[in-house]
Amino acid sequence: MQLLPVLDNVLYNVQRQGKISFYMTAHGEEATIVGSAAALANDDEVMGQYRELGVLLWRGFSLDNVMAQCLGNEEDTSGKGRQMPVHFGSPEHHFHTISSPLATQIPQAAGVGRCIGRRQVVSLSIRIAMDDAYAKNRPRANPLSMPDFHAGMMLASTIPSPTLFIARNNGFAISTPSSEQYNGDGIASRGPGYGIDTVRVDGNDVLAVMSAVREARRRCLEQGRAVLVEAMSYRVGHHSTSDDSFAYRPRAEVEDRKRIDNPIVRFRLFLEARGWWDADAEAELKASQKAAVMKAFKRSETLKLWELRHLFTDVYGGEEPWNLKEQRQELTGLLKKYGQIYEPWRKELAKFKDAGEDLMGKQ
Amino acid sequence: MPLTTTISSVPLRRASKALVPLFRQQRRSNSGAVEQPPPPEGHLPTVANSRLLRTKRDSALHTPGLSWADEDPSAPSRAIVGGRETRKMNTYQAIRDAMSIALAKDDNAVVFGEDVAFGGVFRDSLKSLASHDPARSLFVTINHLAHYIGKERVFNTPLTEQGIAGFGIGMALMGHTAIAEIQFADYIFPAFDQLVNEAAKIRYRSGGTYNVGGLTIRTPTMSVLELTHGHKIVIPRSPIQAKGLLLSSIRDPNPVIFMEPKILYRSAVEQVPIDDYELPLGKAEILVPGEDLTLLTWGTPVYHCETALHMLNSPAPELESVIPKSLQSAKIELIDLRSILPWDVHTIVESVNRTGRLVIVHEAGLTAGVGAEISAEVQKRCFLKLDAPVKRVAGWDLPNGLQYEKFHIPDAIRVLDAVVETLSY
Repeated sequence: MQLLPVLDNVLYNVQRQGKISFYMTAHGEEATIVGSAAALANDDEVMGQYRELGVLLWRGFSLDNVMAQCLGNEEDTSGKGRQMPVHFGSPEHHFHTISSPLATQIPQAAGVGRCIGRRQVVSLSIRIAMDDAYAKNRPRANPLSMPDFHAGMMLASTIPSPTLFIARNNGFAISTPSSEQYNGDGIASRGPGYGIDTVRVDGNDVLAVMSAVREARRRCLEQGRAVLVEAMSYRVGHHSTSDDSFAYRPRAEVEDRKRIDNPIVRFRLFLEARGWWDADAEAELKASQKAAVMKAFKRSETLKLWELRHLFTDVYGGEEPWNLKEQRQELTGLLKKYGQIYEPWRKELAKFKDAGEDLMGKQ
Repeated sequence: MPLTTTISSVPLRRASKALVPLFRQQRRSNSGAVEQPPPPEGHLPTVANSRLLRTKRDSALHTPGLSWADEDPSAPSRAIVGGRETRKMNTYQAIRDAMSIALAKDDNAVVFGEDVAFGGVFRDSLKSLASHDPARSLFVTINHLAHYIGKERVFNTPLTEQGIAGFGIGMALMGHTAIAEIQFADYIFPAFDQLVNEAAKIRYRSGGTYNVGGLTIRTPTMSVLELTHGHKIVIPRSPIQAKGLLLSSIRDPNPVIFMEPKILYRSAVEQVPIDDYELPLGKAEILVPGEDLTLLTWGTPVYHCETALHMLNSPAPELESVIPKSLQSAKIELIDLRSILPWDVHTIVESVNRTGRLVIVHEAGLTAGVGAEISAEVQKRCFLKLDAPVKRVAGWDLPNGLQYEKFHIPDAIRVLDAVVETLSY
């Protein structure tokens, strides 16, 4: 819960320096994300939206893995450098690869939940989402208002599938406040309409989140049915590095939230009251975490990108179709012709492992 | 099978005399079907009596490219096909048969969609199936399947196309074989986000760590088609093709959209091998060899093309004036593309290099239709061999108007005209 904001700060800043192309922080929602991760089994399948890196960290996804994905380098096992930063994924950690289109994972999670039910594996899928619209050209879209939310709830309820839906209600979808997202009683009020057991929880109270998610998970597995958890919090950070949130909300409101209702401070006070934590331990942890994050970043920065041929791999399983084979050969010919005399390509090729030789040698 | 035809226009009715000898000869030489007196409307081939359909056990068992899935693949291929049984099936029955084989052989296979549990909106009547014993035969309705295999594996979904596609993706992500149905291809668009942004890209964007190869989306079609990359698109023309291609699609390591020409569900009838067999994806099939022009199509228009070729070779007196005598003996090569993505460029290019002429026929609209892709590729590869411009016969760039259908679809007369124009260029 402490590592997430440290990592967010570093990656947010390196994005500002132009070293990575994009980033999204989870500031203010650490308790929701880490608290729900802690209440799940580590092999429960997770389908997320994009602000759920904390689940992966909880499950032991390494800092090197995080950096590799954000930089898209040769160690990126989330997607071989093909997706934008923060689109993490790892079958080993039972975390399905993130994709940008909002809410598409909700009906998929119902399908995942259904499989797990059939196999009688004690596990379930979880959907953590519900805040910000990602695509700028759909300013009013949030997952709640997307038809896929409706589809997913309905499928998980009627088929039925043991799927745990966790909604992060952080008040904003980019600039759109929740008052313009819905006129009903939030997301939780929808659950009963679908026949889904539902609970709303203080998303800034990590113990409340844990206890709600643990109970929700128990019901999911025992009843073989979907359960919905709505965690109320506040998006303290900007929507993303492409967003300046003070254009649509007062800075004072954000500062108040940070001061008055900070999930990390609340949990720290709890620990200190129990005598389990103090200022020295806090300072030491922060320093060591920051050093570890910086070390991972610096190491990752020196790595090459995947071999250039991976531009063309993994589109299909099995035999490569003729059109892709021919287009790969066409690029190879162009690389041979222009790779060393066309400046933008020459500079770019140098970043790849084998500098494009893997393609050019394969004619 | 009764010899019926839907051709009823007056000029064509008069054509019957001219066509009778030709038709008789073909029936004898190609299918050996029982001779019957000609119906009053004449004998132009339609789906009901197409000689492209394999109505005899022997010809069904010799379907080109057919491979038995129940044989040891490492063993030498069995030339003897005796011992294999066939059964008369229409297209929908063949599709059901394929799904029942998939369910019986793969414990992880599930079938779902709107109204599938009671048999689907295109199910055959239960009455006609009463004679089949589900315990002995795999040839059962889906609601029999739901009964025998269980509602766990054959089930209804709520009416939500994006939900059906997303749910199937979720199951396929977990390694299951998800056979989803979209009730009509026209209703596939709500699922486009799931299909184009998710299913087609999951393997690529996850660096190969996740895939939805187990996903097959079946949908009754014609006239709806869109392209994207990362999934395959298949359209069968007949019951034998439907079963073999569907079983290949279900087992292909990629998500496949399987588009079923709904007009052929009951109208096309063949003897279909009852065992487990597959037909190759990505491969076109030359149905009628020829050397003067390549006529390329898929799905329902295969039969319009067949009719057009008969009209060309033996024109009714009314049509003789528009078909020069010299062209009436032209040998046209008829090809069924079968796989739209990836499509079989090698077979098409080889054919056009031989014939020098290409006419492409599809029901979907002309602009940015699949025909545009094929003609661009063919002119690139066959530039020096082409004797005429590539011609496309397609639906107009319009929505489908109910009462205007006969003038909207690329029917036999439009195909005939395109062939004549291209031959005489």
